[in-house]
This record gives sequence, structure tokens and C-alpha cells, in this order.
Amino acid sequence: MIGKSVIRKEAWDKVTGRAKYTHDYLETGMLHAKLVISPYAHARIREIDTKKAFSIPGVRAVITGEGLPLTGEDLRDRPPIAFEKVRYHGEVVAVVVADTLVQAEQAARLVRVVYDPLPAVGSPREALEEGAPLIHERLGSYQKGKYTYPEPNTNIAHRTKIRKGNMKKGWMESDVVVEASFSFSPSDHIAMETRCATAEILPDGNIVIVASTQSPFMVKRLISAYFGEDVGKIVVRTPLVGGAYGGKAPVQLELLAYLASKAVGGRKVSVWNTREQDMITSPVHIGLEATVKLGCTTDGYIKAAEILFLFDGGAYSDKAIDVTRAAATDCTGPYHIENVWCDSLCVYTNHPYASPFRSFGHCEQAFAIERTIDLLAEKLNMDKLELRMKNAIRPGHTTPTQVLLNQSNVGNLPACIRRLYELIQWDEWQRIEIDARTVRAKGVSCSWKTSTIDTDASSGAIITFNPDGSVNLMSGVVEIGTGTKTILAQILAEKLKMDINDVHVKMEIDTQSTPEHWKTVASRGTFMGGRAVLEAADDVIRQLKDIAACILRAPIEDLEVGYGKVFLRDDPSIYIPIKDIAYGYKYPNGNAVGGQIIGRGNYILRHLTPLDKETGAGKPGPEWTVCAHAVEIEFDKRDCTYKIIKAVSVIDVGKVLNFKAALGQVMGAMSMGLSFASRETFLFDQYERVLNPQFRTYQPIRFGEHPEYIADFIETPQIDAPYGARGVGEHGLIGMPAALANALSIAAEVPLNQLPLFPELIWRTKKGEQYDSF
Amino acid sequence: MIRAPKCEMTLMVNGEKHSIVARQADTLLFVLRNYLGLTGSKPGCLNGDCGACTVLIDGTPIKSCMILAIETIGKSITTIEGLHDAPIQRAFVEQFAFQCGYCTPGFIMNAHALTEHRPDADDETIRKWLESNICRCTSYREIEQAVKSVLAEGQKQE
Ligand code: FES
Ligand code: FES
Repeated sequence: MIGKSVIRKEAWDKVTGRAKYTHDYLETGMLHAKLVISPYAHARIREIDTKKAFSIPGVRAVITGEGLPLTGEDLRDRPPIAFEKVRYHGEVVAVVVADTLVQAEQAARLVRVVYDPLPAVGSPREALEEGAPLIHERLGSYQKGKYTYPEPNTNIAHRTKIRKGNMKKGWMESDVVVEASFSFSPSDHIAMETRCATAEILPDGNIVIVASTQSPFMVKRLISAYFGEDVGKIVVRTPLVGGAYGGKAPVQLELLAYLASKAVGGRKVSVWNTREQDMITSPVHIGLEATVKLGCTTDGYIKAAEILFLFDGGAYSDKAIDVTRAAATDCTGPYHIENVWCDSLCVYTNHPYASPFRSFGHCEQAFAIERTIDLLAEKLNMDKLELRMKNAIRPGHTTPTQVLLNQSNVGNLPACIRRLYELIQWDEWQRIEIDARTVRAKGVSCSWKTSTIDTDASSGAIITFNPDGSVNLMSGVVEIGTGTKTILAQILAEKLKMDINDVHVKMEIDTQSTPEHWKTVASRGTFMGGRAVLEAADDVIRQLKDIAACILRAPIEDLEVGYGKVFLRDDPSIYIPIKDIAYGYKYPNGNAVGGQIIGRGNYILRHLTPLDKETGAGKPGPEWTVCAHAVEIEFDKRDCTYKIIKAVSVIDVGKVLNFKAALGQVMGAMSMGLSFASRETFLFDQYERVLNPQFRTYQPIRFGEHPEYIADFIETPQIDAPYGARGVGEHGLIGMPAALANALSIAAEVPLNQLPLFPELIWRTKKGEQYDSF
Repeated sequence: MIRAPKCEMTLMVNGEKHSIVARQADTLLFVLRNYLGLTGSKPGCLNGDCGACTVLIDGTPIKSCMILAIETIGKSITTIEGLHDAPIQRAFVEQFAFQCGYCTPGFIMNAHALTEHRPDADDETIRKWLESNICRCTSYREIEQAVKSVLAEGQKQE
């Protein structure tokens, strides 16, 4: 069962149009909300006039921001609806609720808002300049988490510091030093299903939310925390989710749906993003400005790293704080460096606010680090893979946050590099001129990632039986497309030695009956959910053996469970079918023993600690997955266009649980990484308004533009994980931007340190100074 | 404000006649989802850019967000719910050609029409047909393999 390409449980629903997502549950009588959004990036709200909106028939309420509590996961800096001031283009200023969506849209156009525009801040560096406009004047007064360190009277929402070793010593030991700066603007996740939520408040005060989210359990906790509702009265349901990639981890529309329902006496209200609003109003992919300085010995051993990350967290900090912390945690990339200084800042700007994006701060950070490693190799005149191999992180080394690595908690990077070396025939050529115009080049990168989730995050699982002996599996992991629920079914089928078709999986989440899984993020579903399933399976096995021992008149120790039976280990012909005991065993005379068997299991992360404020020392996650990547491109020297020919990722996954699903996860992530790196960015005008919140002008990779993908796996087991499997959902992405930029820098013979790599950017960089700004 | 009056229309969807009262300005996608409960066709952009809403009108793939319901009177509409045991559906399952599944109905309708109309399609033809749809989860390779497996199967049978 383990490793087999089991077809995902909900596959047939998805190819027949029967799979239902949040916005597919349409109901007569349900009201519809339309968001009125700000056309300015930074402005004072002088006046909101909602009178005219009520002239449209069917309008039931118009809600504005007055009197609402501030929200935010680490730092409460965001009113759910703007109040007094707007801080980004697209921010919600009013919510119109009407009988139909058409009416709500018509009325929304009639809400008149008068603004006094303010100067807008367009980048982290600008935000940190002396005299820059303050985006949050009251930063010092916001409620905050224990490990969040805002700097009042600046635009800094949070700073993570990493201080490891002795920098002075590091620079002394360094013979060669390189330093470079990198940048890219915010972009977006563009999940095909836009974000949406419905809310209804029942007469008894129960609040029912249905939402397209990665965090149903967090929705519940946050609505309770922000609005003082009893947490037990909040029920959140999540059907299938149409793509998430981190963008559905933050809680936003759920709050608006709740407020809207409250405004209309608890009736059910649906809030649904149009594509344009989904791209700018809801959280986006973070931007970055970084400076990296690396020093090494003449034989290529890196001795010192000084890293500055200025993340463009946008107008509100929400999950961005966590993202910037995660980037700091693994700031050096998968290399053994004893002396590390890193400051990672979550900076406020007047851009749409940021949320996690698949890889959680890692593809961003890796772009800066891996470009610098290439620059270092060039300066040293050393082979780029050789330099990476020399410094590859290994058991016995420590991470930037001073976690000691061992055989289990880190994968085998040298093995990944060696495999990559063969797969891309690195020794044959790295740059060749095909003809006068065309060059081919290969770029490489390495990456690693741990999860940086709450130290007490947990996951639960419940197993029940059907009368035929088949099982039902309930887990709080949301099916966002990663197929994790199918993998959990495989884990269970393997453990109970049963047919995968006899494992029935509950796809939808209902926080009232599904055991909690903290959040479906950070590639942790299989590890945490899997551990919980294994424990629940053990619980079931124990109960089955208990009853069987009595019926078979044999000691528990002599029994085995599998193939739908409980049997004697030394004589399997003596057995009792599970179906005869799963609901209690009935003796021929009618007496019964046992009773319904319900298995329960849970898993809570262990030995994790928050990072120290001054040094960053602490243990953020249970293990590090390591990877090596390469991209091969064909570059046209005349017009700077290029084609991506091949992309390769070698990942130490610990253990492949479902081969084709793993391939799909890795290749899909690679595609997303290449799309981001080659063409995705928001374009801002001088007032920091987003010019391209549409697929017409924001163009991801389409069918036919895809290169050849090669994904390969190394298997170094993580001892405490189910069957040794490590996280894999994000890792294909991490090294792609860097590998593409490295390949193009080699081909174009000019350092390319910005994203996305539009041909125009390459052309401007080649032309030099006078052409280099847009 | 001009309000488009509602009118009665009869649409032929998946071989069944449906009489409904809808606004003249309602798109086919809106009518399919909100009046007929056929939520398999998905809204991804409502702007003709993503293909998630693709249906067949007299056998031709059309983005249902770009056509008014009223324009389809007298035509035969096939949605993903009307596709049963088409080889392309099985191929999508076997080739792992979807993850979240949101783009899948649109991709399948488009790819199904392709395999029907152009059984001998070459790479360039496949690209031209399918570049109108966006998938954010897969790498497109899986979808390409699914389409090619159906085309190959068809050619074998000839
Ligand atoms: S919804 Fe019709 S093309 Fe996107
Ligand atoms: S499967 Fe998710 S968008 Fe295609």
C-alpha cells in the first residue's frame, strides 16, 4: 500500500462535476454581499454615504467599519472593514448585503466614499527611510502576541534576529567576500477557486460558517477571540477547496460574512470574491528586498553570512510576521555556516497585505541566497555544484537557530546533489552556444525547509466501522488538492492490512464532528495527521484484540489484526471476522459483548520552542526536507526572450507514500515556482495602485508553455514520521526562482537579481544603468 | 438605472429541456449554476480568461461566462454533468491530471471536444486548444498525458 499510486478518493467526483466547493452550495433565501473597495492605496476616509445604495430594491444592509474590533493573528492591526483610513488599494470600506448578487453589485456602486489621499509607501526600503509616512500611527498600542516585536513610530511590524557564532571571526577567516541585493514585488496565489464564505447565526446563537479555507479550526478560534462569541457555538464547515497554496490560511472573508449575517438578523449571507478582488483585496504573495553578504575561504568553505531581509508585508501584518520569521529560521539555505547574522523585517507598505505562499518565506529567501552562492562560485572560479556540495548541511551541523541536526531530522543533501548532477548531465556542459543567437544554460540551486508552526499544534483522527467491516476515517486535514486524505487512507489501510477501497474518508470538515487539525499548511498534513491516524489504528487494534481474545479464548499477545480478521498469529485458520465484532459480538444465544468500536488518536508536535528575541535560538520545526534543483533554458541573445526546456527537482522525501501523487505535488509546485519567477508580479502605478488584477494582464504559465519536468526522490527516513515520510507539498517550488535566475544569468552573462524575469528586465539589465528602471 | 426585464426561455441542457425565467443579461454560466443547479461549471474569472466555465454548445467548447443564456436558445448545451464515461474522464483520473479539481470540468470539456473533433491532433493543435484554460495545481504535463492517452487509444482503434 505504501508507495503505491492510489487514485485519490474524490477523483470521480472531480471529473464528473459532482465535487462541491463552498460557492457551489447555493440556496434560495441566502443573501449576497458585495464588497466596496478602496481605489486608493493610502487615504483618509472623510465620509461614507450609503443612502443612495438603499435605493436599489433588495438591499438589506450596508456595513461600514465603525466600532469593529481590530484583528490580526500575531498583531491586531487590521480593522475587518477600513475605519478612518485605507491602507491599500482594494481594502474593504463597506459591505453591501442584498437579496441577489446583482442587486448587491448595483448598490455597491452607489456607496459614495470621499477620500483625502495620503502619500503612499511603495517598498520596504522606502518605508524605512527617515520621514516616510507612517502607515500605522498607533502601532505601539496594538494588542500583540508574546513573540511579536513591533517597533512603534516606524513601519516595522516585526523583526526576527538570528545571531549565531562570531561574525568578527567569520569575516577574519574569509578570504573571498561577495555581496549583492535582490528584490521582487508582491504577486498572488491565484487559486482557481476565489475565496468565499457564508455565515448564518441561528436563533440559539450558534454561528455556522462555511468557508473555503485551510484553517477551519482557526476561523472558529479567531471569531471567538475577536468578537467575544463562545467558541463552542461556532461551527465551521469546509467542503473541498479549489486550490489554496497558503492564500487560504488567513482568516478574512469569514469575518465579513459573520458581520454581514449579524447585520441582517442572522440570515445566511454569502461573501464571494470576484477574481479582481481575490487578487488585491484578499491577502497576496509577499514581496522582498534583500541584501546578502557571504564570505568564504579560498578553497570554498563558507565562514560568514550577513543577511538582511526586508519583506513587503503590505498594509497589515497578519500572517506576514510568521512568513518573515520562517525565512529567518532557514536563512542560510541548506549550508553549514558557523557565523550568521540575519535581520528579517516584516515591513508595512501601502501594498495589499501578505499571507503565506507555498513554501512560506522559503522560495523568496532561497532566491537571494542561491543567487549569492552562484556569485560566490564565480568569484572563486569554482564549480557551482561543487561549492554547494562542500558546504552542504549534514547531521552534526547546526541550523541558523542553533538546532543540532541528526540522521533523522535532516535529509541527505549530498545525495540529492549527486542525483541532480547525473540527471542534468552537469559534467557535459553548463552553457553552450547553439548558434549566433541562441544559448543554452543550466542553473542550479539547493533548498531546505522546516515548518514554523505553533509549538503546540496538534492533529486528531477518529476511526469508526461499518457493518461490513470497512472503516470510516475522520481527520481535520482539509482536502485542498494535495491528496493528503487519500494518503491518510493509505496509511490506515497499510496499518490494518486492509483493502484501500474499504477505507472511507470523510472529505468535508465540520468542526463540530471532525477532530481538529491545527491548519492544513506547511506540508504537515501527512506527518501530524498520519501520526494521529496511526495512533487511532493502534487504538482500534487493541479494542479488536480485546474482544477477540475472549471469543477465540487466546491471549491478546497471540493475536494479529489484518485482512478483515483478528487471527491467531501461529494459526491464521483460527480467526474471527472484524465485521462480527466491530459492533459487539453476539453469541448464538443472543448475549452480546464488546460494543461499537471507535478508534481515536492524536498527535501534538513535541520539543518545539519559540525563537529567542535576541539570538533567534530555538527549535521551530520537527525536521528539514532538503532538495536540489536545476533549470535548463534556451536564451535568445537578440531579444532576450527564453524558453524553459527542463526543470529538475531531487527531494529527500524520507519515504514516498504515493508515487504519482508525490510526483504531482512536486511538479505542480515547480510549475508554480517557474511561473512566479518568470512572469508573475503585481504592477503598481506611482500611487501604488495595482494595475493588473486580472488574468488578462497577470498571466500565469499556460498549457503548452510547460517544460519537461523531472522529479526524483531520495529516501532518508525521518524516524518519528509515519513510514519515515517527510513533508513534500511545497518543496518543488523553493529552488525554482533561484535556479531559473541562475540559468538566465549564465546565459545572458549578467547578474539577474530581480524577479520576475521578464525578457525586458534582462534586456534592461544588459543595457545597464540608464535603462534599468521601469 | 435600466433594469433588464426577465423573460422565459427554454434551454436544452444535457439532453433535457429546461424552462426558466431569467434576466436577459444573465450569462449561461450564471443560469446553469443558479437556476439549474449545475455547479460543475466553475466561475474562475468571469472574463473569458481561465476556461473553468467551459461547456459545449452544439459540440463546440465555449466559455459559458462569455455567452448570454438567451443566445443559447435552440442550441444543445453539454456540461460536465452531461458527460458520462467519456474516455477523457478516465484518463484524467489515471494520469493524476488534477489536484484540487476546480479547473477540471472546464479542462475536461475542452479536451473532450478536442479528442472528438481532432482525433489526429498534433502537439501544436493540442496546445492551441488547451492554452485557453488555466490550471494552478498541476504542471500541465499530467493533463497533456491524459489527452495524449485518449488520442492514442482512438488511433489504435481505427
Ligand atoms: S470563468 Fe469563464 S473563462 Fe474564467
Ligand atoms: S487542479 Fe487545481 S487548478 Fe487545476
